[in-house]
Amino acid sequence: MFKKLAIGAAFAIAIAPASTFAAGGGEQHIEDFDFSFEGPFGTWDQNQLQRGLQIYTEVCAACHGLQYIPLRTLEDLGYSEEQVITYAADNFEVFDPEEDDFRPAIPTDHFPANTGVGAPDLSLMAKARAGFHGPYGLGINQLVKGMGGAEYIASLLDGYTGEEKEEAGTVLYENKAFPGGWISMAPPLSEDQVEFADGHPATVEAMSEDVAAFLMWTAEPKMMERKNAGFVGVLFLTVLSVLLYLVNKRLWAPHKGKTRKD
Amino acid sequence: MSGIPHDHYEPKTNGEKWLNSRLPIVGLLYDTLMIPTPKNLNWWWIWGIVLAFCLALQIVTGIVLVMHYTPHVDLAFASIEHIMRNVNGGYMLRYIHMNGASLFFVAVYIHIFRGLFYGSYKAPREITWIIGMLIYLMMMGTAFMGYVLPWGQMSFWGATVITGLFGAIPFVGEAIQTWLLGGPAVDNATLNRFFSLHYLLPFVIAALVIVHIWAFHTTGNNNPTGVDVRKGSKAEAEKDTLPFWPYFVIKDLFALAVILVVFWAIVGYMPNYLGHPDNYIEANPLVTPAHIVPEWYFLPFYAILRAFTGEVWVVQFASFITGGIIDAKFFGVLAMFGAILAMALAPWLDTSTVRSGKYRPMFKWWFYLLIIDFFALMWLGAMPAEEPYATFSLIASAYWFAYFFVILPILGVIEKPLALPETIEEDFNAHYGKADADATPAE
Repeated sequence: MFKKLAIGAAFAIAIAPASTFAAGGGEQHIEDFDFSFEGPFGTWDQNQLQRGLQIYTEVCAACHGLQYIPLRTLEDLGYSEEQVITYAADNFEVFDPEEDDFRPAIPTDHFPANTGVGAPDLSLMAKARAGFHGPYGLGINQLVKGMGGAEYIASLLDGYTGEEKEEAGTVLYENKAFPGGWISMAPPLSEDQVEFADGHPATVEAMSEDVAAFLMWTAEPKMMERKNAGFVGVLFLTVLSVLLYLVNKRLWAPHKGKTRKD
Repeated sequence: MSGIPHDHYEPKTNGEKWLNSRLPIVGLLYDTLMIPTPKNLNWWWIWGIVLAFCLALQIVTGIVLVMHYTPHVDLAFASIEHIMRNVNGGYMLRYIHMNGASLFFVAVYIHIFRGLFYGSYKAPREITWIIGMLIYLMMMGTAFMGYVLPWGQMSFWGATVITGLFGAIPFVGEAIQTWLLGGPAVDNATLNRFFSLHYLLPFVIAALVIVHIWAFHTTGNNNPTGVDVRKGSKAEAEKDTLPFWPYFVIKDLFALAVILVVFWAIVGYMPNYLGHPDNYIEANPLVTPAHIVPEWYFLPFYAILRAFTGEVWVVQFASFITGGIIDAKFFGVLAMFGAILAMALAPWLDTSTVRSGKYRPMFKWWFYLLIIDFFALMWLGAMPAEEPYATFSLIASAYWFAYFFVILPILGVIEKPLALPETIEEDFNAHYGKADADATPAE
């Protein structure tokens, strides 16, 4: 009895993280998108990340920074060193204390911070929001669907209803995914706003997913390496467990009545 | 070292004799490792090794993390991202350290509740129990300060709320709080002292762990029956025990390996599951998070802290008799620390002469209820402070205290325990049959 209860109890510990209890309030609708990087064996969709970068550069970067992301790491998205050099120089300027002036960015710089209009930095946004909560403060939804940070971003970008209102001089826009339902960010994406080199359709929904996937990469660039380490470790430890089980069984056998000692 | 008769280390070669007459360290290690251990220990006895492993894991990963971390309010958050992105394997180191803290607490809670069920706290193991409680307190302090170091929103606001508890102490509270923080609010001075102490306390814990082991090696391990090992002669003791090495080392390592499979899967596939998303937002003293929630392992006691509001009659009564010195806030703080103190006092509150809950028909059910109560409190600690959670919290907190201060003392008097096995050997043979190897003509 004690054993059963305690096993159930240990399981309950495992499935009840604090994070899941802090619900955002309001009736949020978070769509459970099917991203390529989900699951134990999911990988990045490199084309999607590149499209996401393009959307970030052409749209989001106007207000949002990515201050923790070194530009050089864009090579992980499949760009060559030259492409990254060109991209950095063409798109961003950074302040150089030695020159006491702004200069075009180079790959060793980070994406610049952008605090102009008070928009939050997006580097870690996909880990700083949880799309799924509960039920009843238990962490079961996150256990099944994941934390849902990327889902939250995609749902938010695609969640505008078109309603707006003015409150204390600020225009607020109704959004199905935002806690409380009203957000001060105007709908950033519109159909065919961005033209992709690969001819991929640029609907608001498709672009929302692309930029969410890109921001998952900025938040957790080592996700594939991490899952790989997880896989190798689990495999190794499972084999070790089996071996130790057999050693233990053999070691104890002479002291338990079911076997004879030779 | 042990009170159970067994073979001791005998230096044989001249070199061994030379060393042994100057520093008997080999003998000490030998006696520690070969300690006679009750052979009927079940799987609830493996968590001690898991805890020792956790301590080593946290110290090793922590030392490497410190090499790349910067304890400064302007740089701490960015230095964590540096670890996650630029340091070789840094993302694994940090995720192991983060989730290692959770494994540590899973293990310590199971270890504590095992002790509570099998009466491991009872004479002659009170010192082991008290040292264990001190270790647990230090673990909580260490984990709390460690959580502040990434300098995220939950770090900052958690630190603000928890250090605020000390501010509730009458008369001197504010002075103590300022002294702890190194200033009027959580700031760079706070971060630096927490960093220093977060590095120091694990080594204090390591020292206490040695004392903890020393204490129970003196009394011998408890076991699922609670029956003492026969100590009349070495031959008699050997019927009840097996040496720790290799029997229990291998058994414990097997269990540890299985636990690590689960641990590694969490680190590899869902490392942020037990964390809070808000801690990926840099600390901002001007923006308070919607809900300030401590880490899961603090939730049961956080629930007790919040349960005693000014509307509870006990609190009003305490306030009335002390002339307002004990207000609701201070009462909550006292209740929270009191809940831990109650556990520490268990050896003197439990009046039953039988150790193991297996042979206590009434105790069992109250104990299972305590486990449920613990999880209920953990859940309630994370819920918003509103009805119906407030009432539930109060009931659950009341049971926690009732278990230790009312139920344990009364049960010992009114309960009629079941018959205990004569010896550990008898219990072991009842489970596993009698081994031919152990048979002697006298039996």
